[in-house]
Amino acid sequence: MKKSDLPQDKSALENFTKELCYVQNEDGTYSTELSQGWDVKKAALDNAWEDINDQLELAKEEVKNGTKSPIYYFMLKSLMDLQILSAYSGFMKFKIKRHFKPKNFAKLNDQTLNKYATIFEISVEELKEYKGE
Amino acid sequence: MEFKHVQTAHCENGVIVGLLKHQGVNKITEPLAFGLGSGLFYIHIPFLKIQGGPAIAFRSMPGSIFKRTCKTLNIEMNRKKFNDPKKGEQYLNKKLAENIPVGCQAGVFHLDYFADEYRFHFNAHNLIVYGRNETGYLVSDPVMEDVTTLSYDKMERARFAKGALAPKGHLYYPSKVNEITDAMIRNGIVKGIKHNVRDMLDIPGKLAGVKGIGYTAGKVRKLREKGQKEAGLYLGQIIRMQEEIGTGGGGFRFLYAAFLEEAVAYMHDDRLLAFSEKITKAGDLWRDSAVQMAGVYKGRLTAQSDYDAIADLMLEIKAKEFEVFSGLRKLKLK
Repeated sequence: MKKSDLPQDKSALENFTKELCYVQNEDGTYSTELSQGWDVKKAALDNAWEDINDQLELAKEEVKNGTKSPIYYFMLKSLMDLQILSAYSGFMKFKIKRHFKPKNFAKLNDQTLNKYATIFEISVEELKEYKGE
Repeated sequence: MEFKHVQTAHCENGVIVGLLKHQGVNKITEPLAFGLGSGLFYIHIPFLKIQGGPAIAFRSMPGSIFKRTCKTLNIEMNRKKFNDPKKGEQYLNKKLAENIPVGCQAGVFHLDYFADEYRFHFNAHNLIVYGRNETGYLVSDPVMEDVTTLSYDKMERARFAKGALAPKGHLYYPSKVNEITDAMIRNGIVKGIKHNVRDMLDIPGKLAGVKGIGYTAGKVRKLREKGQKEAGLYLGQIIRMQEEIGTGGGGFRFLYAAFLEEAVAYMHDDRLLAFSEKITKAGDLWRDSAVQMAGVYKGRLTAQSDYDAIADLMLEIKAKEFEVFSGLRKLKLK
């Protein structure tokens, strides 16, 4: 890539960093140059987030209509899946799946709730009281 | 302590370069670290999915660049992992009190100095901690323009992130750095290139090295059946692995081209320059394919011929990279 071809498009890098890229000078030798982003990959990242947000909206609905517990919602909100949440909590996946059921969630003791709340970086109250809003 | 921040494209190279420069080794550059460590790669891992997309890597396994570069340059590293986060914290603090900057493996999700958009559960990020104060640690993260800070709580969460590639508090620093001679670097370049040739050409199966590029091309050709949305996420994932912050652009190919250019001076061998040019061309083709893929997930390109065009481009890249690495092999560098 020629130095003059390095894109400088606005992206999520803004206000956090510019990224270092390897580019060719006019004479063909390499040097580095900072870029503030590229539309092509911004669209890829936006797309991935759109998908995450769609899933979150669905999860909210499911909590609201009583088919899923808040743990399910906050798992997705923390960008986790069963595998990752299992690694953080030490609970087996099938056990976590049980905690996704509102009926079982209502019976969880404070210690378990506290464990989840710490992982999700929220308070136990926030976890318990979440109604899908 | 005084620490000079070095910004690099990739975190693993960056930590090596930063820690070595701190020890007075100024010869080491990011392209050299990448090339000596045989960083260039391609692999497509089926079955495994990441955020709805394929698991694809344009570089070798996390940690391997670091290991190989240090071995080649005869640098002894002190490394430690911890089961108990408190012990991990104490050890880090002790090293900082001894004025030793320390490389740490970290989970990106907990690094709140990154923009939220970038904070996924990726646990093989690397950063340098060079001090601390009342509120947290002083951090030199190689992909950042400048030094930054991280609270005690977040540092513990990042160093003890869980899931795939969990860092377990992994930290490291050079315990002994000998003088690094040009002869050592020459030797390292030869070894690094040889290893890279093997990685790109000789791994059995159809998933790794240049053959892996062909495998992905085959998948892309059939992607249209899965529908616009899934195809978009799939291609988006390729682009992010290829172009996102940390790659230096073009799936690390430009970084490797810069390495070959530096190698010319060490090896006094002009033939390498032509290969630098060729791998640059491969990087340019990767960028072209990214532009076409974006056309698909932006919903502009939707015909089967558009998918075929991307797949054909990938086959062209495959041929180009085959040419590069089989040519490098024929040089029989010594």
